[in-house]
Amino acid sequence: MLSKRIIPCLDVRDGKTTKGIKFKENVDIGDPVEMARFYYEEGADEIVFYDITASSERRDIMIDVVRRVAEEIFIPFSVGGGLRTIEDMRAVLLAGAEKVSVNTAAVKDPEIISEGAGAFGSQCIVLGMDVKNVEPSEKTPSGYEIVVHGGRTYTGIDALAWAKKAENLGAGEICLNSIDADGTKQGYEIALTSLISGNVNIPVIASGGAGNINHMHDVLKYAKADAALIASIVHYGTYTIKQIKDELHSRGIKVRNTW
Amino acid sequence: MRLLRSRLPLWGVGDGGKYLIAIIDYRAGNLKSVECALKKLGFSCCITHNNKEILGSERIIFPGVGAAGQAIADLRHLGLDKVLKQALETGKPILGICLGAQIILDKSEENSAQCLGLISGDVKLFPSPLFSEENERLKIPHMGWNSVHLIKRHPVLEGIKPADEFYFVHSYYPMPASDKYIIGTTDYGIEFPSIIGYKNLIAMQFHPEKSGTPGLKILKNFCTWNGHYAE
Repeated sequence: MLSKRIIPCLDVRDGKTTKGIKFKENVDIGDPVEMARFYYEEGADEIVFYDITASSERRDIMIDVVRRVAEEIFIPFSVGGGLRTIEDMRAVLLAGAEKVSVNTAAVKDPEIISEGAGAFGSQCIVLGMDVKNVEPSEKTPSGYEIVVHGGRTYTGIDALAWAKKAENLGAGEICLNSIDADGTKQGYEIALTSLISGNVNIPVIASGGAGNINHMHDVLKYAKADAALIASIVHYGTYTIKQIKDELHSRGIKVRNTW
Repeated sequence: MRLLRSRLPLWGVGDGGKYLIAIIDYRAGNLKSVECALKKLGFSCCITHNNKEILGSERIIFPGVGAAGQAIADLRHLGLDKVLKQALETGKPILGICLGAQIILDKSEENSAQCLGLISGDVKLFPSPLFSEENERLKIPHMGWNSVHLIKRHPVLEGIKPADEFYFVHSYYPMPASDKYIIGTTDYGIEFPSIIGYKNLIAMQFHPEKSGTPGLKILKNFCTWNGHYAE
């Protein structure tokens, strides 16, 4: 049977890994290539890179990071952040990434999903969704709204409708980030993850809120997430990937054993 | 052949040098990761659609992601369908990966494509809805890490253990006409053939180049395989 995936996420700015709390106060914590190799050797199933470099002139730095990562790690990895065009996607894929993830660009122009899927295949295209809890309304009946710019801008788009639309447009996977839970270490947004994962037929990666292994267990078991994204709990050494996998395994979650 | 390798530069031969391993380029998918994996293992390779270069190589890797219809059209356009047939007949070791493990069959349900017919059989879409043994609805594509039950021994799979897992991403799977072509299977709602082959051809639905240590082991085994396989 298919294993649930454990995916460390590295935020990269100007070629360095950072981790912010609710997208603020980022601090430099390391070299992304070294960190990727470390997690690869520890048994990570996949790695996600978000390029949060502000200036577009410095995007070449990220391409170089991708190229070096591809030479070092032999598991899939995706790159997101600031990809606005098919050419941006192509550059990242040619440098060796397995997948690209689009978020704000897809909200602005959903066709980028179908164009990307047409050019590179659905398996390459991950839709990143940043979601906030709102009062259910006519526009957002699910009670979850898509936000952009790190949660500062509400789009008026219903999260569930957007997930289904993206699937129809050819997205191969969804990385679902709860802005409310992100950085809190209080657990993933179970209801949101369950809602989205139960209503699309493509894999859903749960993101935002992981503070302990129990949180990961719950989102993989009860919310039917296909994968769990983690950051702080491994970046700051609270757990190793092996500890996470051992415990999940002992609690009946199927994970890939790499030792 | 070992001697030949030592005379070759490890990387980046540009001008008519003979490569050990040809990675077939027909605009289908991520060739860079196969190249990186071989480089890591210390084997010289080139990404090429040049027929002469491919037939002159010692072995061939036939990767691919994307849709069957377009892939077959591109292969034919580049004359690579004939090259692959010729390579199979001359005993050159060939490794098919992902789409390269599908379009070696006769035809595919994807785009109703007529394929290469190197192995008789069809490429099938996973049935829908698909349920696990625990009666959970399974998503399509089959994306992520899964294990392989080895039905037959094969030199390319030497050292692979039952617990090893490999990275899959696909909605279609190869279904050879005869069990004799099935080397390994994987469970995803159904049990489907995930490694197939005969003679000097072996093909896998998963991506060895993205499957960590056991994947690299398969690539390494392939790079030293003489193409002989007692069925």
